[in-house]
Formats: sequence, structure tokens, C-alpha cells
Amino acid sequence: MSPTSRAEVRKTYKLYVGGAFPRSESGRSYVVNDAKGRFWANASHASRKDVRDAVVAARKAFDGWAGRTAYNRGQVVYRIAEVLEGRREQFESEIRAAEGVTAARARAAVDAAVDRLVWYAGWADKLSQVVGGANPVAGPFLNHSAPDPSGVIGVVAPDGPLLGLVSVVAPVITTGNTCVVVASEPHPLTAVTLGEVMATADVPGGVVNLLTGPRAELAPWLASHMDVNGLDLTGVADPELARNLEIEAAQNLKRVRRPADEDLLATPGLGRMTTFLETKTVWHPVGR
Amino acid sequence: MSTPFEYAPAPESRSVVDLRPTYGLFVGGEFVDGHADPLKSVNPATEEVLAEVATADADDVDAAVRAARRAYQRTWSRMSGSERGKYLFRIARLIQERSRELAVLETLDNGKPIKEARDVDVPTAAAHFFYYAGWADKLEYAVAGGGTPQPLGVAGQVIPWNFPFLMLAWKVAPALAAGNTVVLKPAETTPLSALLFAEICQQADLPPGVVNIVTGAGATGQAVVSHADVDKVAFTGSTDVGRSIARAVAGSDKRLTLELGGKAANIVYDDAPLDEAVEGIVNGIFFNQGHVCCAGSRLLVQESVAEEVLERLRRRMGTLRLGDPLDKNTDVGAINSSAQLARIRELVEAGEAEGAERWSPPCDLPERGYWFAPTLFTGVSQAHRIAREEIFGPVLSVLTFRTPAEAVEKANNTPYGLSAGIWSDKGSRALWTAERLRAGVVWTNTFNKFDPASPFGGYKESGYGREGGRHGLEAYLKGADQ
Repeated sequence: MSPTSRAEVRKTYKLYVGGAFPRSESGRSYVVNDAKGRFWANASHASRKDVRDAVVAARKAFDGWAGRTAYNRGQVVYRIAEVLEGRREQFESEIRAAEGVTAARARAAVDAAVDRLVWYAGWADKLSQVVGGANPVAGPFLNHSAPDPSGVIGVVAPDGPLLGLVSVVAPVITTGNTCVVVASEPHPLTAVTLGEVMATADVPGGVVNLLTGPRAELAPWLASHMDVNGLDLTGVADPELARNLEIEAAQNLKRVRRPADEDLLATPGLGRMTTFLETKTVWHPVGR
Repeated sequence: MSTPFEYAPAPESRSVVDLRPTYGLFVGGEFVDGHADPLKSVNPATEEVLAEVATADADDVDAAVRAARRAYQRTWSRMSGSERGKYLFRIARLIQERSRELAVLETLDNGKPIKEARDVDVPTAAAHFFYYAGWADKLEYAVAGGGTPQPLGVAGQVIPWNFPFLMLAWKVAPALAAGNTVVLKPAETTPLSALLFAEICQQADLPPGVVNIVTGAGATGQAVVSHADVDKVAFTGSTDVGRSIARAVAGSDKRLTLELGGKAANIVYDDAPLDEAVEGIVNGIFFNQGHVCCAGSRLLVQESVAEEVLERLRRRMGTLRLGDPLDKNTDVGAINSSAQLARIRELVEAGEAEGAERWSPPCDLPERGYWFAPTLFTGVSQAHRIAREEIFGPVLSVLTFRTPAEAVEKANNTPYGLSAGIWSDKGSRALWTAERLRAGVVWTNTFNKFDPASPFGGYKESGYGREGGRHGLEAYLKGADQ
């Protein structure tokens, strides 16, 4: 380093909770190295209290987010894609640093993440017609079923720093849920950067909350939390941990998505959305 | 308040039912012996033993699962959908043909009024088979995302005692239409209509092993849901048992749907049509003695009309006829078992102890059998046990509210979320409320309506998955939208 060269201004990677970027209340952090093994940053090591604070933020945001029109939610999710596209160089370089992949691979991952957000954005005001509708009951009643978000969803994100995270978060929020996400354990920093995208894309504070730290430590607090309505275990690789989390989740009958092999680059089905939707059926008599 | 006029008894004849002294399990198309201690099924209205029923131990359950697997592999999953559908149509017709016998048997074994068994349970059960029969050859339209969905395999199904035959139909019809085979466990206090259904399967020439029925209590049910070769578990019953089933299937590949308890709010706004609302309140809580998971057990009435609603409600409760379930005039039948009666009594005592005010119309209870008078609690707070816990009996807790927002807040203040009712003549207010209620079925200006085309199931701790409609079929299919 020559005396005349400029020292770069590094970023502090914190949590993303309730629309703000706090450090872990525990004051803990852990070292994240890049793919070459060099020190990159100290990520926040979230605590049980951070999980609980994030659930409170997600619950507080739920009524407002679920109560927005589907059209509006679709526009917000599309806005995430727009902002992500605009910051693609930053994400490409973070992905290369995190995973040691080629520039082309990193670009393809960002392309896929942006396109995934656009795909889900379009679903916001279409899913009700695909999975709901009028029910022809045998009597003088108007009867229809429509999907309704389950509530606060705990998400254990897979390893992939960007596409993995987008693939699990977008379907959950598009339909009106709010979420608390345990980010990729090996590559947590990109999740924090994605939080910056959320914060500037008109996503209301608390709709997406991102925590970094060890999955095995944080996921059980989400699984056992009585104000969490669903649990996505996509990022849980250890079958024994997944089983234990599902057992914890049974205490308040959370809707659980079990881990399964899937190709994140392929166009998804509806399952990631429908797992965390309730079907509400409304009856009304018809008469003069 | 005295009864305005008396009714002459109009008893339905029980001679249409030919009860056998003993019943076996139904496995592989035959009635076979069970190897656990047999149980006695009792008429709760008289405490008379109706029949002795074999019960299944783990080996018997294993035999039933093997029979179901064999039938799945050799016949049922290979048969074309249109052929499967024809068997289901046959079953629907056989239920209609034997409907009077089924209704009387259901009333004998369960204690429900014959007019309910006759007009609701049995015809709706037939309708479910008729509805799903028509789906069997249209499965490619049942799951969004294209492609032909596949059946799951063997379904283990455990059903409750409140609507024994109807719950059987809710479980068996969609499972079979989708190409699965089933092992069904009826409730230990109400096994008889399921065993009559086994005869119907024989009359329909349903291939052996497609439907297997294992009778018994909790241990038998546990053996069914935890059997390693069961691909799908469907349960209707209490939230506590639902939790333990969810834990039992954790970490496996088994698919699970749960239809559990409820504590539904029935909201009456000040602009409600009050006569209709009172009928809806009565139907909501006293239908089937309140042994209904979606019962409207919390009445939320707007303060300005509370007095008038309660006065009309008390008057209407005074005309309810409680007694012989086989009498066609009877409105309120017998409590299903002494255990359930004890549970109702315990919660009602807790209601009084916590300070709520209890009222029942003058009501003579028969000397033999299990009975509980229609009961109303006023002065109930949200913290009272009778406002929070499912009583599963003819007991209504009344709370009041001032604003629509308060009604929604109170209605949603429960870990359950199965159903809710709204009474208002203002469409926008009813829809505004329906939108905000966290419940799977919302009845506006009606209550306790069921239809095979209408998805049924809960939010939150009332379980997950839906029964009825296309949604109910999806629960038995591996589809493109995973």
C-alpha cells in the first residue's frame, strides 16, 4: 500500500429489522472470509432476542402489507427487481468474492434473481384467480374461496448468496406475508446488501427482516416462536435439524415447507406461495 | 318460560337397522378379527350396548396398510380415472339407497337428532362421493401448473365421533378419486356407520384393499399415522392430537392435513336481521349438540342490540326440544359419551367460577344417557376459559362490542381460526369484516352450511389443508406446483 493510495471506505454489515439496520443486540459478530480465505467483514451474530424483535417487527407490518391491494404489492416486488438491476455490479462483485465464481456465473445469478422477482411480482394479482374462485354449492348461496396470507413466516434461506435468498423471500411476501429470514450462513453479507435494496424499493419496514448468524442456533427460536405462522426449511441441510425444527413448529401448527432438492435456476411452481397461504371461503345467501 | 305447545312423539323406527352383535375389522375386502381388546359401542341416549367391535393392534394396522399398498399397486392406481369414478358413483348411489338405515344407525351410535342425520349427515356424505366421483377422470385440471398429477399412495385417515359417516366421506371420497387407497380409523365411540360403509364397499364390488377400516381407540390411530408405509395422513379431531400427529410425521416424507378445533365468533351487528340472526345463533351452537369444530361458540353482539338479541335468543332456546334422538321432533340429542359430558361440565363449572352468568331454559333431561341442557353464558370476558377453550357442547359464551374494529379484534383473539359468522344487512360492512377475519370459513347471514364443492378448513391452530372442492382433491395429489 503506497502512502498516496486511497483507503477504501468499508461497509459495516448489520442486520435488517423493521426497516432499520441494527447491530445484533448481543454485540456479537463473526468473521466472514471471501472465497480466497481472506478477511472480508465481521457479520452480526444475531441472538434469540434479535429473532424475537424481528418477529415483533414482522407482525407489526403484517396487517398493513396484507391489506394492500395485490396490484400494489406486485408493484413493490417489481420495484425490488428494478433497484436490484440498478445495483447489479455491486451484487456481481459480492457474489464473485463470496463464491469465487466467474464473472459470467455471477452475472447469470443476478439475472436470474432479477427475473425471479419480476416473475413473482406478476403473480400478486393473478394467484387468487388460479387457486381460488366461485364454488357451485347446492343451494341459494354465493360462495367463493380466495387465498389469504398465513401471517409471519420464518425462512431459513439456502446457501446461495443472492438467487437462493430471492427465491425464498419473493414468494412469501408477494402474497402478503411478512417474514423473518435466517440468511445464508456461509454467505451472509449479500443478504445485508439485499436489505439495502429492500429499504430503498418501497418495501415497508418489517415486511422483510434479515438476520445473520448460525442457522442451528437461530432457526430453533423461529421454529418455536408462537407468533410465527409458517416455517420454510429450504436452507436446512441437516435432516436431523430439519426434523427437530418441524417438531418445534408443531407446537402452534406452523405451515412447514420441508427441505428438498431443487434447481433454483428453473422457473418455480406455485408451491412456495401456496404453502404459506390459507384458503378463505365466504358464504352469503342469495334471495330477493 | 314454558313450552308453548307439546309435540306428540314421532319416533323413527330402529327396525331398519340390522345390528350384528359383533363386528370385525375390514381389511382386504373381508371382515377379519382384531387382536386388541374389543370395544363396546354404546347408544349415548340410553347407555345400551349396541354391538361389540373388534379393535386393531399394530399388527392388524400393518396388515391393513399392506392390503392398501397391494390394492394401490395392483389395481387402483393402474385403473383409469373414469373406471375409478364409476366405483365412486356406485358408492354414492348405494349411500342414497341405504340412507334411512344409515341415518338411524348414525343416530343410535352418535346420539344426534334423527332429523340432522337424515337431512345433513347422510345426504351430504352421498353428495361428497358424487362430487369426487366426477373428479376421478379430470385430475389434470385439479392442480395448477399443468401435467397430470399423481396419487400419493396409501392414505392413513383418522376421523372423529361428531359426524362419523360424513367425516368418512370427506376423507375417503377425495382420496379414492385421486387414486389413493386408504386405511381409515373411525372414532372408538362411533364405529358402526363406518362398518356399514364396509358393506357398501362390498356391494359396490370395490376392489379388495382399496378401503380398509381399522377400529380402535388412540393407540390404533397412532399406529395408522406413524406407519412407515403410509404416504399421507389426514386427521380430523382435537388440536392436541393434531399437534402430536404433526410431531410424529416430522422429518418424514408423509403429507399431512389437519382439521382441528375451533372457537368461532358469531358476530351480530346492530343492523342485522335479528330473527334470522337468532336462528343462526341457535343453529351455530346447538346443531349436533355443539359437537361441531366450527360451532359458533362465541357470540359477539353489538352493545346497542345486545339486550334485544339476548331476549329473543332466550325465548328461542325455550322452544328447543331435547330428548330421544330418534324422535323426528328432537332438536337437541344426547352428548356423545360420558367423557365428553364430563368435559362440558368441567368447563361450564369453570365459567361460573370465573364469574360469568349461566342460564338454561327449563329443560327435563332423560334419566338414562348423557345429556346437557342448552346453556348460555353472559358477562363473559375474553380471558375466561369458556371464551378461549373449545367446549364442544351446547354452551354459548356471549361477549359484546361497540365498533366493527373491536368485533374483528375480539373475533381474531384466539389461537383457533376455523370458522366465523357475520350478521349484517349492510353488504360493505359484512365483506369488510369477512376480509379481516382470520378464519377458513366465513358465513355471512347464515351458519353451518357445508357442501362438497366448498373448501373447509382452518387458519392457525385449527389445522392446515382444506377438505371439499378442488382444494380437497389437491391434498391427495402430487402435482406440478410443488
